[in-house]
Amino acid sequence: MGSQPRLIEVRKNVLKQNDLTARALREQFRAAGVFVVSLVSSPGSGKTMFLEKTLTLLRQNYRVAALVGDLATENDAIRLARSQAPVKQITTGTLCHLEAVMVENALQEWDLNQLDFLFIENVGNLVCPSSYDLGENLRLVLISVTEGEDKPLKYPTIFYSADVAVVTKIDLAKAVEFDWLAAYGNVQAVRPGMLVFKLSAKSGEGMDEYLDFLKKRLHESRAAEVI
Amino acid sequence: MHELSIAMSIIELAQEESVQRGVQVSAVHLKLGALSGVVREALLGSFEMACEDTPLKGARLVIEELPVLIFCRTCDAQRPISSVQLFCCAECGTPSGEIVQGKELEVVALEIEEWDRSPV
Repeated sequence: MGSQPRLIEVRKNVLKQNDLTARALREQFRAAGVFVVSLVSSPGSGKTMFLEKTLTLLRQNYRVAALVGDLATENDAIRLARSQAPVKQITTGTLCHLEAVMVENALQEWDLNQLDFLFIENVGNLVCPSSYDLGENLRLVLISVTEGEDKPLKYPTIFYSADVAVVTKIDLAKAVEFDWLAAYGNVQAVRPGMLVFKLSAKSGEGMDEYLDFLKKRLHESRAAEVI
Repeated sequence: MHELSIAMSIIELAQEESVQRGVQVSAVHLKLGALSGVVREALLGSFEMACEDTPLKGARLVIEELPVLIFCRTCDAQRPISSVQLFCCAECGTPSGEIVQGKELEVVALEIEEWDRSPV
């Protein structure tokens, strides 16, 4: 008996399981008529503040809820609870990103039919979340003015996995000499045609434009269902 | 650093195939796109580590890296990009976000050891 190496063709996506779960989630979201928005950014970009404001403002007319991923603490969930919206923490332990199955598990006790918007805040990280589809309708990538203009060039992959970019903390732009045109140009260089919002969750500047966009997308997705 | 969980998914996938087919896997061939979000070196290290204590122990990971290709409307053809920092056709400079290749994270083949059972 002798052994001989042989090559057999497989052709399987490594993240097949995550993609299947994400697909099932997307179908679940569609059936329930809930519009799902996920947020990715580096730590300290103002994601939680931004989400707290988003929840507070949308809650006036819409049913909203949020899932927040964090490595260890529940601080974000506590902060977000101030918006009065239902919030659930997903503690990932040492895992640097959310996976579709974590979202699926976290949603088990919630009735999605009772929601208009669901927000998913990913772990603060501009690298790993890019590989994992969470079944969301829209992925926002946040960059704050304090991080500088070149984030898109340093992390092009995350800009590729996202749909829309949001420049946050615009109220600090002058103090840190943030160059908006350079930042916008960098986003367009790595993702031609990408929509970019600039806003400040703190001062409220630019929030209306962004919230109107979300509402429009919710209504469009529901209108598409009726047809 | 999510390469370890990616490596574990690769091993799981290879193991499923090896059990189904009743073969021993000696190498896994992987296609890795430049936009997959996975770093080659980190993946190689993670794979070796994650193979320990599995039937795949000692198996090699053979990575084929795929550059980004976009569809350029000006050239009306698939083209490479200037760089991952600049999604423009490398030939004519037209910006394009229509990715044709570069997101792959795919096990394409397994190298297996087959025992020749034919009579000597």
